[in-house]
Amino acid sequence: MSSVSGEVAAGASAGTGRKWQRRGLSRRADPLFLLLAALSGVLILLVLAYMVISTTGTALPVFTKEGITFLTGKEWSPSAGKFGALPFIYGTVVTSVIALVIAVPLSLAVALFLTEYPVPRRLRGPITYAVDLLAAVPSVIYGLWGVFVLLPLFLQPAADFLNKYLGFIPIFAGPPSGLSYFGAGVILAIMVTPIISSMCREVFATVPDSDRQAAYALGATRWEMIREVVFSHSRSGIIGAVMLGLGRALGETIAVALLIGSRPVVDASVLRPGYSMAAVIANQFQEATGDHIRALVAIGVVLFAITIVINMAARAMVWRFSRL
Amino acid sequence: MKEQAPDTQAMNSPVASSEATSGGTRVYAQEVAPPVTLSVAGVSEEGRATGSPAEPPVFSVRNLSVYYGKNLALKDVNMDIRPRRITAIIGPSGCGKSTLIRCFNRMNELIPGARVEGEVLYHGENIYAPGVDPVVVRRHIGMVFQRPNPFPKSIYENVAFGARINGYKGDMDELVERSLRRAALWDEVKNQLKKSALDLSGGQQQRLCIARAIAVEPDVILMDEPASALDPIATTRIEDLMQELKQDYSIVIVTHNMQQAARVSDETAFLYTEVDEATSARWGILVEFGPTSRIFTKPLDKRTEDYVSGRFG
Ligand SMILES: Nc1ncnc2c1ncn2[C@@H]1O[C@H](COP(=O)(O)OP(=O)(O)O)[C@@H](O)[C@H]1O
Ligand SMILES: [Mg+2]
Repeated sequence: MSSVSGEVAAGASAGTGRKWQRRGLSRRADPLFLLLAALSGVLILLVLAYMVISTTGTALPVFTKEGITFLTGKEWSPSAGKFGALPFIYGTVVTSVIALVIAVPLSLAVALFLTEYPVPRRLRGPITYAVDLLAAVPSVIYGLWGVFVLLPLFLQPAADFLNKYLGFIPIFAGPPSGLSYFGAGVILAIMVTPIISSMCREVFATVPDSDRQAAYALGATRWEMIREVVFSHSRSGIIGAVMLGLGRALGETIAVALLIGSRPVVDASVLRPGYSMAAVIANQFQEATGDHIRALVAIGVVLFAITIVINMAARAMVWRFSRL
Repeated sequence: MKEQAPDTQAMNSPVASSEATSGGTRVYAQEVAPPVTLSVAGVSEEGRATGSPAEPPVFSVRNLSVYYGKNLALKDVNMDIRPRRITAIIGPSGCGKSTLIRCFNRMNELIPGARVEGEVLYHGENIYAPGVDPVVVRRHIGMVFQRPNPFPKSIYENVAFGARINGYKGDMDELVERSLRRAALWDEVKNQLKKSALDLSGGQQQRLCIARAIAVEPDVILMDEPASALDPIATTRIEDLMQELKQDYSIVIVTHNMQQAARVSDETAFLYTEVDEATSARWGILVEFGPTSRIFTKPLDKRTEDYVSGRFG
């Protein structure tokens, strides 16, 4: 290297200034790239701002007319000009909570099984691949499979079962239906489990093996090692994974629309049909006009706001835990 | 293999017994109650420090062989580890020192495919017998690793870790202080117990790992090259600490540093790699085992002599 530049210096001493410069396009590549990157960044911010402003602008008449009752009103009848969005907000929250209650333990179990247990290599690969593949299945497929396979085979019997034995608790009151918050929540759980578990798996893989060894050497059982080393090392990562899954569950449209039962009410029983924010937008947008459209856009704005709040909360939590 | 130890103490014992007060009481469940004499006033200090040759061994290794998958890694090792002595395992890299020391607390079985044949008797009981839970074994036998590996927790929580998972019911603050004092770390960290262990220096981290092992109240401490990642000053502190610890614990240390073995240990085991010319398979064997002073001054085996005189390795 140094000998080459030495020759150049000896031979072509004429081009004093240019000797140290790159030639042609390559000279401009770095500034050009910087400019491009900066432009894309600004563009993204502009698009985001425009989305917020235009949707909020469209929805503004509804917000001003309905006021806070848009968020608290339980009655949704476009023909009568009544737009209370609580049934949808409630449905979105309830189905997402059900999804997480089922998916989080399941995802952790799958991730732990694949990283912490001596699964034979021949089995580990295919299982890992299958789980990752499940995350890539389009949601409409999940929805259709839910309606035609899972509903008769599992959702309806499970709803009947829960109602029969736990029906005295209001959240399991009848008449039980597979097309319900419960049904939508289960399908959401199935959809977000691959996402959460594959992210948890990656987080668990970053736990240093020396920490595992240290715990075992102190007489920890496998479970104690997992609890004290793997989990405590992965707290922020697990929270991040769960929030990612929650984001997916909150916004999921078509699978929920197919399974939630499409009934705009606030019902305490998860075994009865309800509605969700994304589902009502998808179902009613086609035939909506005037204020109805504005009200649907307004629901979209609220959904957007909820996801942003959740996201910020997640970031705050990850930040807090990563400093512990 | 049964030479009587001439006074190996003479080699180095800068720290006699400045802090012999912390023998403590062993409070919680020890299924295989080890016959450890607590430091009671009146017991001959001399007798405890050297360990009377008549005392039964802590470990008796009998015909021990270890395989990784199909590969033989360690062949037919026989040796006795004496109580309250420092036993060094030396030998060239890859000869199976780590493999051997991991047999004493059944850490090898965490490696997929590892298999152990033969017996390791701990106070006369085979820890590889069917029905022996490795978790229980490891609660009696502490281990310190090559790289300091404190948990990413506070100093306090690191020391309390083993006691917590073992269901320790006593005064945790007292246990933490006692263990840190025992590991010669208390004075440096007593005002920052809540601080992350990862903020300590390498040498302090390693002493914390020793404190963490001690807190489980084992009677053996295994150390696999505990100072090889440390600077000379930190190394000296660990070596001094080992001299203090051997009043209460039996210590087995792997080291590739012969000077270290000569400085700190009472007995030395020399392992060496045997090669099968036909298949070029390699495995470790125990070439020679005896009092450190004899191993280093009058080795019986040519290979030992070549190794300790630095002719290879
Ligand atoms: N986890 C393992 N899997 C397979 N082989 C191993 C493993 N650990 C060690 N070995 C083999 O066992 C032999 C002894 O290794 P080791 O005990 O680490 O030697 P030392 O500690 O003396 O350097 C080496 O040949 C090494 O390749
Ligand atoms: Mg080693």
